[in-house]
Amino acid sequence: MLIIKCPWCGDRDETEFSYGGEADIKRPVAPEALSDEEWGDYLFMRKNTKGVFKEQWNHSAGCRRWFIVERDTVNYDIKATYKF
Amino acid sequence: MSKYSALSLIRHAFSNNKNWQLAIKDAEPKKSYDAIIVGGGGHGLASAYYLAKNHNLKNIAVVEKGWIGGGNTARNTTIVRSNYLWTEASLLYEKSLKLWEGLSQDLNFNVMFSQRGVYNLGHTLQDMRDIERRVSANKLNGIDAEVVDAKQIKKNIPSINTSTSARYPILGASLQRRAGVARHDAVAWGYARAAAQLGVDIIQQCEVTGILKSNNQVYGLETSKGRIESNKIGLVVAGHASVLAEKADFRLPLESHPLQAYVSEPLKPVLDTVVMSNAVHGYISQSDKGELVIGAGIDPYIGYGQKGSFCIIEHCMQAIMELFPCFSRVRMLRQWGGIVDVSPDACPIISKTPIEGLYINCGWGTGGFKATPGSGWVFAHTLANDEAHHLNAPFSLDRFSSGALIDEHGAAAVAH
Repeated sequence: MLIIKCPWCGDRDETEFSYGGEADIKRPVAPEALSDEEWGDYLFMRKNTKGVFKEQWNHSAGCRRWFIVERDTVNYDIKATYKF
Repeated sequence: MSKYSALSLIRHAFSNNKNWQLAIKDAEPKKSYDAIIVGGGGHGLASAYYLAKNHNLKNIAVVEKGWIGGGNTARNTTIVRSNYLWTEASLLYEKSLKLWEGLSQDLNFNVMFSQRGVYNLGHTLQDMRDIERRVSANKLNGIDAEVVDAKQIKKNIPSINTSTSARYPILGASLQRRAGVARHDAVAWGYARAAAQLGVDIIQQCEVTGILKSNNQVYGLETSKGRIESNKIGLVVAGHASVLAEKADFRLPLESHPLQAYVSEPLKPVLDTVVMSNAVHGYISQSDKGELVIGAGIDPYIGYGQKGSFCIIEHCMQAIMELFPCFSRVRMLRQWGGIVDVSPDACPIISKTPIEGLYINCGWGTGGFKATPGSGWVFAHTLANDEAHHLNAPFSLDRFSSGALIDEHGAAAVAH
């Protein structure tokens, strides 16, 4: 069980959170100007990092706010959690 | 290498079983190969075997960073079925199921494929409508499938709870009688032995550290056992597909998650089929040793750690308790996690890559074991001909830019 520190509520059990995947994916400003490959890259392609990974979590059974977690995807150690 | 048979068993019994040959000899890498498969799991070994058998390639290597069948091949719940909704997926899995049916004879290795049937339970009216639809779709594709009601389920599986007062009452199920389970380790060993017999070098403890290419053509691998050259390389590494793709500078639409499974203490025979439930989300069968083999869903986060969270275990046990209250006192003996590479449409990617001579077979997510023979069959064809087999053509990497996804999420008889 992960213990995740919500930047607003403090340490809580993993079961209170929902996972939001990779952080820092920005919706392209002008999608109509992109090729199919570029749009597909935005929609589907992911880093899927082995090692320290920046990801988004939502405290869905708590304050319901989104925040960033830096977590090692091999040993699951949480390095840092902070607000957007 | 000698052929396994009843006669060989008797002969070796007379010499106290001291003269059995090694099933797979440990190979050291040669300087170059006609084709290299990276990944010595079931899919990789099957790919190498069919490359040698169907396409007459002689100089093939399988490189594996750990040991044969030490990854997901030995970390799954061994269920084999082909009752997928969409035509593209069901035909691929059906090809596999047909190969499973003759696999022990083909490999001369008993993979203990047992066609004991798979029930996919329906608990709501909508579940039952989806089941009717999927069964009809399966029949149109020539795949055996039938709808059974709660009374028939109770008759065939006396230990299941079909009470109408259950929290999630069982209304019916789809049943695929040709589906079943197989011995997962034997699949890896059988393919490895059969491939080695055809001259494939199986190189264990050999980690790929780099992928060599020039002018967008692959020409070899840097490994922990030195450089190995080949201008045909297939990556079949499941959870680590993204890690290797990064080494070759292309991106994949995958997320690797832990998928846990559980095995109970051995019991006397109590469950002679496979039961899966989408709504309460658990699946269960009984191994030949008597252990209950139980699985559920993935852990939600990306993880390469071959372990998951306790809350998933609890959720899974609740699901099994819901279906089989009589198992409430059974103790769990073992638990493990595999790393599954989940794609956006829950379908595999068996495809050429942006790099010439480099091919990828990944994205099987939670359902790869059942596809082992078919996956190897079509991937070998793709490598040998530099062109997809008609069964895996829809499963190209291009579909993530063309938009032609094969949406098996929620359609594939089990929630992913």
